[in-house]
Amino acid sequence: MSQQVLIKARDLSVHYALSGGKIFGPKPVVKAVEGVNLDIAKGSFFGLVGESGSGKTTLGRACLKAAPISRGTIEFSDGEVQYELTTIDKKQLKDFRTRSQLIFQDPYAALSPRMTVRDIIAEPLEVMGLTSSREETDERVREVAAKCRLNLEHLRRFPHAFSGGQRQRISIARALVSRPQFIVADESVAALDVSIQADVLNLLKEIQLEMGLTFLFISHDLSVVAHVCDHVAVMYLGRLVESAPTRQLFSQPRHPYTKALLSAIPSLDPDDRGKMQKLEGEIPSPTNPPPGCKFQTRCPHAIDICRRDEPKLVHSAEGHEVACHRWQELLN
Amino acid sequence: MTRLLDVENLTLQFDTDEGRITAVDNVSFTLEAGEIMGLVGESGSGKSVTAKSVMKLNPSNAHYGPETKIILHLDSGPVDIMSLQQSKDLQVVRGGAISMIFQEPMASFAPAITIGDQMVEQLMIHTDMGKKRSKELSIEMLDRVGISDPSTRFGQYAFELSGGMRQRAMIAMALSTKPKLLIADEPTTALDVTIQAQVIDLMKDLVTEFGMGIIFITHDLGVIAQTADKVAVMYLGRLVEQGLVRDVIRTPAHPYTKGLLAALPSLDDLDAPLVAIPGDIPSPLERPGGCVFNTRCSDNLGARCGAEVPTESLLSSQHNVACHLYSEEAIK
Repeated sequence: MSQQVLIKARDLSVHYALSGGKIFGPKPVVKAVEGVNLDIAKGSFFGLVGESGSGKTTLGRACLKAAPISRGTIEFSDGEVQYELTTIDKKQLKDFRTRSQLIFQDPYAALSPRMTVRDIIAEPLEVMGLTSSREETDERVREVAAKCRLNLEHLRRFPHAFSGGQRQRISIARALVSRPQFIVADESVAALDVSIQADVLNLLKEIQLEMGLTFLFISHDLSVVAHVCDHVAVMYLGRLVESAPTRQLFSQPRHPYTKALLSAIPSLDPDDRGKMQKLEGEIPSPTNPPPGCKFQTRCPHAIDICRRDEPKLVHSAEGHEVACHRWQELLN
Repeated sequence: MTRLLDVENLTLQFDTDEGRITAVDNVSFTLEAGEIMGLVGESGSGKSVTAKSVMKLNPSNAHYGPETKIILHLDSGPVDIMSLQQSKDLQVVRGGAISMIFQEPMASFAPAITIGDQMVEQLMIHTDMGKKRSKELSIEMLDRVGISDPSTRFGQYAFELSGGMRQRAMIAMALSTKPKLLIADEPTTALDVTIQAQVIDLMKDLVTEFGMGIIFITHDLGVIAQTADKVAVMYLGRLVEQGLVRDVIRTPAHPYTKGLLAALPSLDDLDAPLVAIPGDIPSPLERPGGCVFNTRCSDNLGARCGAEVPTESLLSSQHNVACHLYSEEAIK
């Protein structure tokens, strides 16, 4: 694909030092994200999936320069500007903040109960100094509110008067008001009921197509990701294990972990019972990861090489990359 | 099969500062021993309150309707739950004949008491076992639910266990008193899919072995399809449809059930649009008259749905629906 790349991460690592350990010895380190290479094409809806503790939120935050980057580079280029996030200066960072936004998981915690919806949506404009007059601010707020299906009456109320789905629409409106290029949506529909979830997903998709935005959509729910994303990357214990266009990933998963994840989704067909491919055990602690392939402790196909060497992400088909020693053997 | 539980005309109201609200409205269902009944609905539909009523575990501002009848059939004879007034009488039922598993196991274990002490405590209250025998049984139960090294885990605190392990410990604790009825309130919602699959399998195995009945509360229809024998769909305090799991999921009758199924992202057809149910679930303070679903229903018949409460129509011997579309006049 000759598409323009908006976010380009190379060998990206985020390590957190823990307290404890020996007094003079090295502190234990959590490698939340380790050696990730990621290309997010401009205008794409990029999905990032994995279990809790896999580092997907940290990776999302690193792309916004909201997590401490220990190693590697992230390049952001939207056609107008080009920033290297690891060496960005204060003035550029301020500009970068208007171009990238985050939508949180819990719409109940993300909105201040003491501000009206209008003030909540207008806050980014005022803080970033993007508008020069109150009229202009109001104009921008009304415009973005209409896009998120909030009416003028809603703008005067406080968040407590709204249901979960409406609150999430307010969060989306606030993220959109600075006219960003790049939005990280971290588990944005996980707290919503299915009937409302569909509505919010449709809205996100609509906005993305209309405004040409790029989304990094973080979720643990594969069926949601399958429906909205064009490209999906799977994370396990801080590493990318597989990355492919959505259709390809769901029809021909290559990594044993992706296969297990897909088969663990409860099917709606009552006659499918017992067909789930079971994965034993749980995700290991990131403070004490296993040697070799990080998935070897739960992988049904693990052999000696898996316990010794860590597999690299390799090209397996057009746009499809997988990090497994045995993916070729396991094809059939 | 032997009858385990009869719930007839359960009506439950709560006194709140804003007035009296109806949480459960004339709900009837039955459960056989060894049967898993799924209770599905959006948040706020009254599914948890319904299940808790079976052990009268609702706060003091709760008022049960005069027609409410809940009979639990034990080996020693039927128990009329509604006639039990003192918490002393209810102790036989709570934790003894009926156990409950909650969504968030971290919040349900006392943080400063070891898992083992909590398990022993409830066994000493509900059975005539001594301390030594209780400890042996607790460790045996921890082993049964697949916790490795159970005697070490027995002496640990809840925070030392991972999410999946905590939920297993919770299940072990709930089952150690050999209850006749298990109420599982969203037991897998907080878990990752791979762990969810393990927990579902475990619960199914235990049902076969112990022969108890389970009320499985969830909002995930996929989980229901994989576990339950029959399913009851709730909306705003009313049962709108109930039947065998195959019938309800393959041939849903109520517009709400159809809406829930259409809103689910399916992995079989990635192009299918996600259809949201329009609007939000109304607040219990503003319960619509007539059919409670009429404000969001796409098949609204007009005046009748807004005025008249639909009665149950039988679609087949075990599948019934409360909707005017299926009333005798409408079919004519």
